[in-house]
Amino acid sequence: MTTAVPTAVHVTAMHMSDGLVNAPTAAVFGLVAVVAVALAATRSRADLDDRTAPMAGLVTAFVFAVQMINFPILPGASGHLLGGALVAILVGPWVGTLCIAIVLVVQALLFADGGLTALGTNITNMAVVGVWVGYGVAVALRRVARRSRAGLLATAFVAAFLNTVVAALAFVVEYAVGGAGGASPGTVLVLMAGLHALIGIGEGVITAATVGAVASVRPDLIHLLRRGSTTSPTSPTGTASSAGAPARADEGSPA
Amino acid sequence: MTRPARPTRDRSATGFLVGFLVVALLIAGGLSYFASADPDGLDSVTLDGCTVTETDAGERLDGTCIAQNAEDHALGSGPLADYAVDGAGGTVGLAGVIGVVVTVLVAGGVFGLLRRRGGPGGPGGTSGS
Repeated sequence: MTTAVPTAVHVTAMHMSDGLVNAPTAAVFGLVAVVAVALAATRSRADLDDRTAPMAGLVTAFVFAVQMINFPILPGASGHLLGGALVAILVGPWVGTLCIAIVLVVQALLFADGGLTALGTNITNMAVVGVWVGYGVAVALRRVARRSRAGLLATAFVAAFLNTVVAALAFVVEYAVGGAGGASPGTVLVLMAGLHALIGIGEGVITAATVGAVASVRPDLIHLLRRGSTTSPTSPTGTASSAGAPARADEGSPA
Repeated sequence: MTRPARPTRDRSATGFLVGFLVVALLIAGGLSYFASADPDGLDSVTLDGCTVTETDAGERLDGTCIAQNAEDHALGSGPLADYAVDGAGGTVGLAGVIGVVVTVLVAGGVFGLLRRRGGPGGPGGTSGS
């Protein structure tokens, strides 16, 4: 069987193209992505102020830049940063979800990287699964991260490694649910897990290096290390806009 | 490492952010030339089972693999498609710089709109911006 595809599709494309999963599957994950991004937009407000908003913007641009850098993992195969743990550690999971989603939208619309109907799956895998797995691991290791610089770097590495592997497994799930065919889900599982275990090492190194660099200069900007920073700070109803609330949401922090 | 002193925080913050942007621009504009052109993890998997042959019409996939189901990108003929400016070779750096600028503007706009005005930590919103 022979199919002609345009050049460069496989040279520079980094994310799922259209057509790899069927339309219903793409639609379901499109809905997942919309809900996740809308929720993130609401919840991220608690983490965004005059100091952290510019940081979040630059972290987003940084992820875009680093995602361009494919590094070799095996002869004939490369990998690149996904960025889930990186953004979760630096700006928190809600803002981080938006960071990665923005990168994916810019890549799809401007650079034809990642299909348009595949935006839902790509956002689900990298902006939701990747970010939240990275965040969950980082929070689980937060005591280690706060103890020493080595602990922080180790936390970043482990969180990034796992965010890569689990994001890859999310694709396997989507393929198993509604894949277009061409390979058995079992084969896809083995290959995705194996390759992304290698890519995860690179993701871990880049994430640890970046977090370490920020920690050297502005440790106060690292969300994970901030005192009292939790995922669920205030309920969005408590619109204390300009109410000059002194302490950071110590009052009334339900659920 | 010395902790940035309070009074110089604004300047320090600006310097840090500018430095962050410069690093992103250098990576996208320069380091991108040294990126591996081999398929990434996902593409390696979707191409598994096929041999790729370069032809005038593009790449030809022989065999059976997932990538045969991939559809052309709807915006594949855009001016920055595939990280090249108007499809010209050797322009990945320029495309990357444009991408960083666009991304920082879009993200900065989104996060600027979402942010709570007047930081809680600072005494009364400080003077910045």
